[in-house]
Amino acid sequence: MKKYHPIEAKGITTKFGRKFVHKDLNFHAEEGKITGIVGGSGSGKSVLMNTMLGLIEPQEGEVFFNGLNRKRFKKNDILDINNSIGVLFQGGALFSSLTILDNILVPLREYTNLNEQLLRGIAIMKIHMVGLSSEVLDLYPSELSGGMKKRAGLARALALDPKLLFLDEPTAGLDPIGANAFDELILRLKSSMDLTVIMVTHDLDSLLHTCDKVAVLINKQIAIIDSLHKVAKYDNPWVKEYFNGPRSRFN
Amino acid sequence: MLSNFNTISDKYKLSIKDKVLLVDVFGSWTIKDIDNVASKFQVDLESMDYSSVEYNFSKLNNLDTAGAFILCQALKGNIGDKCEWEIYGSDKAYYTLMELVIGSTSFFINDKKRRWYDILSNIGKATERFFNEFVETLAFLGQFFMVFSNFILRPHKVRWKSVVSLIEEIGLNAVPIVITLCFFVGAVIAYMGVNLLAAFGASIFMVDLVGISVLRELAPIIVAVLVAGRSNSAFTAQIGAMKMRQEIDALKVIGLDAYETLVFPRALACIIALPILTFLGMISGIFSGMLIAWMTMDISPILFLARLSESVGIESFWVGLVKTPFFAIVIAIIGCRQGLAVSGSVESLGSRTTQSVVQSIFAVITLNAIFAILFYQMGV
Repeated sequence: MKKYHPIEAKGITTKFGRKFVHKDLNFHAEEGKITGIVGGSGSGKSVLMNTMLGLIEPQEGEVFFNGLNRKRFKKNDILDINNSIGVLFQGGALFSSLTILDNILVPLREYTNLNEQLLRGIAIMKIHMVGLSSEVLDLYPSELSGGMKKRAGLARALALDPKLLFLDEPTAGLDPIGANAFDELILRLKSSMDLTVIMVTHDLDSLLHTCDKVAVLINKQIAIIDSLHKVAKYDNPWVKEYFNGPRSRFN
Repeated sequence: MLSNFNTISDKYKLSIKDKVLLVDVFGSWTIKDIDNVASKFQVDLESMDYSSVEYNFSKLNNLDTAGAFILCQALKGNIGDKCEWEIYGSDKAYYTLMELVIGSTSFFINDKKRRWYDILSNIGKATERFFNEFVETLAFLGQFFMVFSNFILRPHKVRWKSVVSLIEEIGLNAVPIVITLCFFVGAVIAYMGVNLLAAFGASIFMVDLVGISVLRELAPIIVAVLVAGRSNSAFTAQIGAMKMRQEIDALKVIGLDAYETLVFPRALACIIALPILTFLGMISGIFSGMLIAWMTMDISPILFLARLSESVGIESFWVGLVKTPFFAIVIAIIGCRQGLAVSGSVESLGSRTTQSVVQSIFAVITLNAIFAILFYQMGV
């Protein structure tokens, strides 16, 4: 039996108006690995992520989950797939009218039949799992700092034990210590929950520290997906500047 | 004491040996399979007496965090602390998952409970909030008059551009609805007057009824309530959204006073727009009364107007109009104050907008009652 990638995008073409964002783009993530997506601002990283999540419909091309075409899904399949995907949006995207605990209970309540006490127990465990204390349970998202919001967003993304986790700029806006702690957290959760992670990031430290594979988005296509050191040697002016510039760690 | 107690279900088997609880786990323990097992597992545990736990995962097919959470409930024990635990027959993945879940689970969480005196403390809090709101609104009003007196001495510093555009928004754009509403209300009053007064053969007095009620009370109140619903909520939402996106902070840092740039123009625009709207509302109300009188009682417009100027007099008009600037100030102040009080969340924007409409309508009606007493005492 052929082994499928947890997620694969084939021949994606997206345009907004007349402007092409992606042109015949191919991407895949390997199971149990952290794949980073890098690219200049406006190169379409977030559009790619949204396409894979089904938030944007591409003009051409298909997205496969474990070898299954997203377009051919029936309604129930979509629900199953969505339950096996967790997403951490850039600002956390917590529901601002709910407390942190209720935020994490939203997916749990919706898709399980467990009793309330158990659900609360599981939600509180998830909150501890991402390194937040019990004090945040009854706080509202607006009362949390940026780093705590990201952690709470991660707890919500992990609520239903997804197999595939999307992270949009997880360390943006965090101080180096906080960013490092977040990287550690991702690595720990990845190894213990057997996650496949796709991470859009600009943070070179984070790439170096966490990613097994790096995909580079240039000229509307994924130019290369490989380990960081091979990508750093890839012959392209943008890649060279990106990895060998003054802020790089490879010198 | 039960030292050799066994419990078997299709998902797990519990047995005790030398104070060690052996948990044999079968099949799949994921969030989708545990809904029946969970509570039974916890109940079974309660009858057990043990000091450490050994898991046997050799027949476990699938485990996720929720399943691991249920399993680690066994560690709760009777001691008040987590028991020692050990896992046999598992690969590394499940071990690290259990480790993670056990590390993140705390068994001693104080659940918030509703107490019998909650209702009393809620009433107390609401009362306190009411008085606080009242005092803060008064303070805000005071600040407005400070700024107002400043601007009277230096009228060129007023932001006339934004005042004019706000007058268009608050006043001009509200003209159609004000005219329509006052027309309907005037007509209703006229119909009521016709029915009641015809019984006494005094139907000409309907002119007095329409004139006095529309001029003194109805037009000012309707316009004020309308502006409270229409513009006051807009003030709160606009200023509140600016507050949420730190635009107010940016204004302050640039050296602009939010009060002078945002609040004062709105208040001034209201003070100018409201009397004009009220005047239009009065005309519309009287006009509709005149039409009804003509249609139903054959009171000609000439007779109607003659009767109006003879019996109602100009002071009713002034009594109605003189109230409107006060309504305008109250409406604008409440709207802006609630907007500035918005905190970070979307929730607070919503509740502040609601509050501002409720408070301003409340304030308008209260103020109107005070004016009624005042005018009565003055004999106007």
